[in-house]
Amino acid sequence: MSIKVLYFASLKELFGHADEQVNIEGLDTVGDVWTFVSNGNGVSQQVLFSLNQEYADADALVKNGDEVAFFPPVTGG
Amino acid sequence: MIKILEVAFDPWLELSSFQSEMKRDGEFGACANFIGTMRDMNEGDAVNGMFLEHYPGMTEKHLDKIVQDAKEKWDLLETLVIHRVGELLPNDPIVLVAVWSAHRKDAFEASRFIMEDLKSKAPFWKKENLKANEQRAEKNRWVAKNTSGY
Repeated sequence: MSIKVLYFASLKELFGHADEQVNIEGLDTVGDVWTFVSNGNGVSQQVLFSLNQEYADADALVKNGDEVAFFPPVTGG
Repeated sequence: MIKILEVAFDPWLELSSFQSEMKRDGEFGACANFIGTMRDMNEGDAVNGMFLEHYPGMTEKHLDKIVQDAKEKWDLLETLVIHRVGELLPNDPIVLVAVWSAHRKDAFEASRFIMEDLKSKAPFWKKENLKANEQRAEKNRWVAKNTSGY
């Protein structure tokens, strides 16, 4: 299974890159993807999730080819 | 109409050209608009400028959803939402939300709704460049959270 993962703002800086392709079996939900990519990164801030460019909860199911993004609370306007 | 702009814009010119081009003369009795502008101070610190990041694709999709939600709740004729991204300086307009309707209730309430939803959910992030002071050198700081508008 292949999932495109994007990071924005302070999370992009923390991870050191804006995106990556995660090719691994056994990731069922957005929360699973987050646990996999953040393991050892020591993220203490609040993180929001999106799946295919819409807000998602941690238990949203992912499938091959999905786009998942992680970002801090938004501050536009 | 929804526009994400990487260059500075004049909200007054945008309003006037959109209103003349939307061909609704005689139909609208109300236009409510909100213009957000960059300040030179935040949380007690003097600010040189800021960078506005967004999530291309999701940002447009989300703004479109906000406007569609507003159109379901109120009786609206036209809407215009413009938001800056990239490098901004103090006094630069950041956002314009304008709503045209027959009566003021719909225009006032819908413009407030669109603006508050945009502030709390649209994927934009501000990073400020703070001026040097006696305690520290110039530095960059992500804005942690938007204040509530209600």
